[in-house]
Amino acid sequence: MKTIKFLIEKEFKQMFRNSLIPRLIILFPTMVLLVFPWAVSFEVNNIKIDIVDHSKSVYSKRLTDKVAASKYFILNDTPLDYNAAIYNMDNGETDMILEIPSSFDKEIVKSQTSSVGVSVNSVNGTQGLLGSNYIMQIVNDFSSDLRTELVNTLPNQSHTSLMRMPKIDIIPHYKYNPGLDYKNFMIPGFMVLLLTILCGILPALNIVMEKENGTINQINVTPVSKAGFILAKLIPYWVVGLVVMIISVVLSYILYGLWPAGSIIAILFSAIVFILSISGFGIIISNYSETMQQASFLVMFFILILILLGGMFTPVSSMPTWAQTIAAVNPFNYLTKTFRMIYLNGSTLRDVSGNLFALVIIALVLNGWAVFSYRKRG
Amino acid sequence: MKQFVAFVNKEFLHIIRDNRTLLIIIGMPIVEILLFGFAINMEVQNIRVAFYDPSPDAFTTGIAERIKQNSYFSYQGYMHSMEEMEEELRKGELDLAVVFQQNFRKDLVHSGNAAIQLLSNSSDPNRGSITATYATAIIAGYQQEQMELVNIPFQIQTENRMIYNPQMKSAYMFVPGIMGLVLMIICTIMTAVSIVREKERGTMEVLHASPLKQGTMIFAKTIPYMVISFIDFIIILLLSYYVLDVPVGGNLLLLSLIAIIYIGLTLSYGLTVSTLVDKQVNAVIFSAITSMIPVLMLSGMIFPVDNMPAVLKALSSVVPARWFIDAVRKVMIQGQGVIMVWKEILILIGMTVFLLTVTIANSKKRLE
Repeated sequence: MKTIKFLIEKEFKQMFRNSLIPRLIILFPTMVLLVFPWAVSFEVNNIKIDIVDHSKSVYSKRLTDKVAASKYFILNDTPLDYNAAIYNMDNGETDMILEIPSSFDKEIVKSQTSSVGVSVNSVNGTQGLLGSNYIMQIVNDFSSDLRTELVNTLPNQSHTSLMRMPKIDIIPHYKYNPGLDYKNFMIPGFMVLLLTILCGILPALNIVMEKENGTINQINVTPVSKAGFILAKLIPYWVVGLVVMIISVVLSYILYGLWPAGSIIAILFSAIVFILSISGFGIIISNYSETMQQASFLVMFFILILILLGGMFTPVSSMPTWAQTIAAVNPFNYLTKTFRMIYLNGSTLRDVSGNLFALVIIALVLNGWAVFSYRKRG
Repeated sequence: MKQFVAFVNKEFLHIIRDNRTLLIIIGMPIVEILLFGFAINMEVQNIRVAFYDPSPDAFTTGIAERIKQNSYFSYQGYMHSMEEMEEELRKGELDLAVVFQQNFRKDLVHSGNAAIQLLSNSSDPNRGSITATYATAIIAGYQQEQMELVNIPFQIQTENRMIYNPQMKSAYMFVPGIMGLVLMIICTIMTAVSIVREKERGTMEVLHASPLKQGTMIFAKTIPYMVISFIDFIIILLLSYYVLDVPVGGNLLLLSLIAIIYIGLTLSYGLTVSTLVDKQVNAVIFSAITSMIPVLMLSGMIFPVDNMPAVLKALSSVVPARWFIDAVRKVMIQGQGVIMVWKEILILIGMTVFLLTVTIANSKKRLE
């Protein structure tokens, strides 16, 4: 027991001898939480649009104005022909093209029906889909405006049938995030990201650094047990993780007014279990690496997989089955889910118990492996 | 010149001798492009839906049936109470709850008005609003069919055309981003760590004593890395084309040129990092954080730059990957020529020159 105490003291001293680390613990969460929540948004509201108006009539002018006035679109240009608009799209100056045919006006008056062409840059599929939905809404609004205005000009019969049309009210409730604010969704994700990077990379470099410096041989000849040695290595990172977590929770409250709708204890508890697993994972990488360069490549390789397949940016449920299987052993996925549920849905400890159980299992396996894979020979 | 060749040779040997690292450097992009290319997907699918219907009738079961059959939805069953519904939503077991009002059909026929509530789990706002949109469209379509209202006057059809990515595949959007991300991380860590390692061990000082000029030496050091990174790029490109079915619409030479410039830029960034830190640990942390996070958040790889507030837009323009990803999307996916990407290419070259100048200035200072 006494040896472990000394070892822990040694680890702390080594950690703080490097002046970058204390600064990192404070500055990194601050920077990330201050800057990046503003960058994340799929809410598509500044779509640049070109309108090619072949009709140049009263109605086409009205439709153009309606689109330009919408909060979703910015009217970029009104070129004379479609090719000029496509050139703008190739250039990246515009995302969408609305083409109004020359017979637009006549068709509306004569046959009460017409059509417009919409072309969308769909390299970003979601943006393309939302953009075309928005324009469809505007066009539908426009035609129902026309309907109310012009319905009296039609023969009487259809007029009355229109008035008696039964109506289903569809009332959407956006539960847990009524303002559809993307920041609220991403901030819990950022917390997990911070923990993963700090408590994953630092331990991964630790043992391999001792290997490169040769100090590991001195440890190997001491009577300290494998588990004791690994434990002493891990404890400082648990402290670091917990400090980072507390800073993040306080900062997101101060900066964004975001506080868990569920219990804060559940947040901290699940964070601790996660920190255990991710730092154990770092030690495993360190054990298997020969040089710092190897360790750094390996840890970045796995961290990228943890993050990008962990449901922070894109939903796990949209992934193919094999990727969902990977997500089922990914601690990042479980913590992100748990944090979001507690922060936004107000889930209780019981509601997230399944995720917590998975995290505990992952932590046990990874730390057992970390002890096992450490060899006390050079 | 002979010295130079000898030096490049030495660096090559250094890298090839370390089999394991070489394997990681080549293997990492292969695994990642395949994993991410197939798995990262923004499409909203598998929407878990449940219904609450206090007074079932032909109309409500018809709507429920229609939603069940839709391939975007996965049916979870009927709930017995609103409380049960709320609990399932809170536990994260449901994405959408469709709640019909009491006496739906009767009200619809008699008073001409009936209500359906859609409770969508919107903790993910994108998913929440798209879910509600899908369900609304299905219900409206069903209503229109049932009421034979196909002949409403004053309807304007929209004819949609999806340009560049007609099948709306996510890989088209993400492959250029993954290229930018993986190359940035590998190149930066590779150069920064290997040079700082020499500093740490003191072998750098030995090199300074050689007759080779500082600039030449740094250049020689980066050549092997340049070659390896370009091999990485080729592998990624082949996998994207043959395995992920992402088209290469534009000129292959132009695409390679952009990649070479970008690789040069990321290696220069690694060099710059190496002049800023003295320890390998710090080199890793510094290059890992500064190469990964800005690319993920600010390059347009995932979140469109156009949606960002002005300050962040300005900040994103100093992220090299933003210009690389832009250029690759234009050339590779949209099949455009040099006229459309010269701006991006010039910016990338400008950034490289800037970083190299800083590096040389920094390393000179250190020697004095």
